[in-house]
Amino acid sequence: MAANIGTGRAVSSTFAPLRIWLLLPGWLSIGFFLLIPVLLMLVYSFLTKEFRGGVIWEPTLAAYDQFFFDRGLFGDDPRRIEWKYISIFWRSIWQAGGATLLCLIIGFPTAFFIATRPDRTKVIWLLLVTVPYWVNLLIRTVSMKFLIRDNGPMNDFLQYIGLINEPLQLINTNIAVQIGLFYSYLPFMVLPIFAAVERYNFTLSEAASDLYADKWTILRRIVIPVVSPGIFAGCILVFVPSLGAFLAPDLLGGAKSFMIGSLIEEQFKGNIGNWPFGAASSMILLSLVLVALFFYARAQSQGERA
Amino acid sequence: MSETAIQLESVRKDFGDFTALSEVSFEISDNEFFTLLGPSGCGKTTLLRLIAGFLNTTGGTIRLFGEEIEALPPNKRPINTVFQNYALFPHMTVRDNIGFGLSMLGWSRSDVATRVDEMVSMVKLDQFAERRPSQLSGGQQQRVALARAMAPKPKVLLLDEPLSALDLKLRQEMRLELKRLQNETGITFIFVTHDQEEALSMSDRIAVMSAGKVQQIGSAVDIYEFPENRFVAGFIGETNLIEAEVIDASADALTCQLVNGAVLTARSLHEITKGQKGWVSIRPERMTLSKTKPKGNSLSGTLTGATYLGTDNQYAVGLTDDLSLNVRHQNRTSVGAAMTTGEPVHISIADNAARFLVD
Ligand SMILES: Nc1ncnc2c1ncn2[C@@H]1O[C@H](COP(=O)(O)OP(=O)(O)OP(=O)(O)O)[C@@H](O)[C@H]1O
Ligand SMILES: [Mg+2]
Repeated sequence: MAANIGTGRAVSSTFAPLRIWLLLPGWLSIGFFLLIPVLLMLVYSFLTKEFRGGVIWEPTLAAYDQFFFDRGLFGDDPRRIEWKYISIFWRSIWQAGGATLLCLIIGFPTAFFIATRPDRTKVIWLLLVTVPYWVNLLIRTVSMKFLIRDNGPMNDFLQYIGLINEPLQLINTNIAVQIGLFYSYLPFMVLPIFAAVERYNFTLSEAASDLYADKWTILRRIVIPVVSPGIFAGCILVFVPSLGAFLAPDLLGGAKSFMIGSLIEEQFKGNIGNWPFGAASSMILLSLVLVALFFYARAQSQGERA
Repeated sequence: MSETAIQLESVRKDFGDFTALSEVSFEISDNEFFTLLGPSGCGKTTLLRLIAGFLNTTGGTIRLFGEEIEALPPNKRPINTVFQNYALFPHMTVRDNIGFGLSMLGWSRSDVATRVDEMVSMVKLDQFAERRPSQLSGGQQQRVALARAMAPKPKVLLLDEPLSALDLKLRQEMRLELKRLQNETGITFIFVTHDQEEALSMSDRIAVMSAGKVQQIGSAVDIYEFPENRFVAGFIGETNLIEAEVIDASADALTCQLVNGAVLTARSLHEITKGQKGWVSIRPERMTLSKTKPKGNSLSGTLTGATYLGTDNQYAVGLTDDLSLNVRHQNRTSVGAAMTTGEPVHISIADNAARFLVD
């Protein structure tokens, strides 16, 4: 960290006059492709919906109201909390958390394994991890559906080796969604952890073992804390897109596993949608992510200062 | 003689078909400051890693206070290491670093705290106890590494070139510091260095290593004054080596004929018989130049060069066209000042200064 800041300073002093011009393309593209669409959504979320999709330029809080409150079928009942969308959000967080945990459990050992291979074979392993990603996400998710369905190869195999008698009912469950998300985002967990472990100085493990620590203690007290920035980065990179994913929940989870991504997607698809409501849901999701990142960043910087 | 702390018996280590160490046998007694000295790649670190348990021996045995330790992993050996690059835990404070080994040994929190306080003040880091390693200077990090390794009161402390990353002044300070700590704690030190001055000034005994073998073990004086072979004579300090043959051997002195035909008296550590071929080694500072032929052991030649080195003056004396000796005078003696190059000179050799080496 400190080293990065140091380099930044050196560069900024050398290129001080050029700095604005050098950064301009970056700022422009961030502004154009990132900020403007988000602002657009922010604006849309406060507009009135038009019935065939699209918006009417009339400001209203209706979209947010619809998200949080239930006013009955005709909108004139006393206001009650609407649990439908909140629970979809809650389920999404839960699903994304499960997928992140799954990625961490499988991804950490994988990353550790790859990082400790000799230089020549490292590249091959890394390439292998990314191989599935050369195939379209939709295709991969559909294949996953075939793989884990009731009479699919996985169940056949497990029955064949006698581990189970009845096929596992995975499809259309939360577990299936988590498996799907795990499969979609595993490399985002593996790569940052790989980078951190590769930088890890294994003399530290030797030093700990010299100071009477056993293998598990070394992993827990030395390796994991030292590579934790990589672990956190991996968790964020998996959690955030999982939260908004819609392919895996749609294809693997069925109606019961409806998630934020599907909810938002539905609002913008075809002509049954509700753009302001979709935009409002996106803004609520974005706020949640920002709050989480804020707390994470604060915890990190406090850890560094202590 | 005190107890034997470490005993190595024909220890051998192969990496694939490369032999990094062979026939390493020696004993280190309790409370000793023992140094492994040798050029880069001679196997010093490998030997330490075998003792610490990070590597397994290919052959031979290592005993710690009489017990074989081959089967014990590093965390079961009452031996601690100060690593060359310190290997401090970056996410822990100085206190936590020093206390790590103690908590691993199952000490209670309060005992750990007491011991850590003691160590922190022993290495004079009181003001820095709550800092992270990245907030310390190289010398301070070095002290933390030392305190961390000494806190669990190991029976043997291994130090792998602990001073090599420090600047000269700090290195000289730390030498004294290390010596003091070793005296205070009575821990057996095995110290690795390739700096001969460090080795000579700190050690009780030194093992000079080369190409995976121990060449000689002895005190600083033994190794400097009575080298076992040409490698030791040349690695520790400077020397002149002249091919020679023994033409007469009596009980305490050998008469040697040098390649240029000159004859002088030399001594050897070993029983030597007449006709043995070998080398005569003479340190530059154990010779004196004079214009007139001196009594006793002496050689004669032509002064071919003089170099002013500040503390010393160095002279080159040609015995024949392709045989030249270096002679050093301390700057306070005015001998030689009056001599000019090209002049014939005589070299007087101090008693016991000419050593006959077989290989
Ligand atoms: N893991 C290994 N695999 C193969 N060869 C090794 C390994 N470790 C050390 N060696 C070889 O063993 C020899 C001794 O290495 P070692 O690290 O003990 O040297 P050293 O005396 O400590 O040198 P330095 O003063 O440079 O630290 C070297 O030639 C080195 O290349
Ligand atoms: Mg070494």
